[in-house]
Amino acid sequence: MDVVQIVAIGLMATVLIGVLKSQRPELAVLLSVAAGVILFLLVLGKIGSIVGVITDLSNRAGISMVYLGTIMKIIGIAYIAEFGAQICRDAGAGAVATKIEFAAKILIMVLAVPIVVAVLQSLLKLLGEAG
Amino acid sequence: MGSSIDLIFKIAGVGILVAVLNAILKHAGKEEQGHIVTLAGLAIVFMWVIQLLATLFEQVKSVFRLF
Repeated sequence: MDVVQIVAIGLMATVLIGVLKSQRPELAVLLSVAAGVILFLLVLGKIGSIVGVITDLSNRAGISMVYLGTIMKIIGIAYIAEFGAQICRDAGAGAVATKIEFAAKILIMVLAVPIVVAVLQSLLKLLGEAG
Repeated sequence: MGSSIDLIFKIAGVGILVAVLNAILKHAGKEEQGHIVTLAGLAIVFMWVIQLLATLFEQVKSVFRLF
């Protein structure tokens, strides 16, 4: 999947969106959603292999799966939220976009709290021994 | 891979078809049928896009091990 095909699809979709925007603005929004999804599906396979390599390296390095799993989840949540927020902003619903981003930040915070607690606990244990 | 590109053309085709049909129906004086045609086109495109979104979220869930 070379970059030329991706750019071609993107440009074509943009032109078609321009055509549709004047008569049927709602279909233009749907077309931009479809184009965004298609472009991402094209590279999702490569992202999957990268994630596989990262998990292999971390297993070999002995990093526990919990931390890596959380990081992957956070990346996934961030991506989907960004995808939705960008489409809402394109369609003109800026308020909805900011609400989506706000909710995504909360979800990511919820995921990050256990890790922060673990770090603090290990820090306190360290201080406890040194103190 | 190829099928996904056709979807972009299908959606654009439905949009243009609906616009043309509306113009014809307006000319023929049947304005309200035009709105029904618009809704039909919108429903069809919505179905395609929702199927596409379902596959996207399914694959993202499997790749990023969400849920």
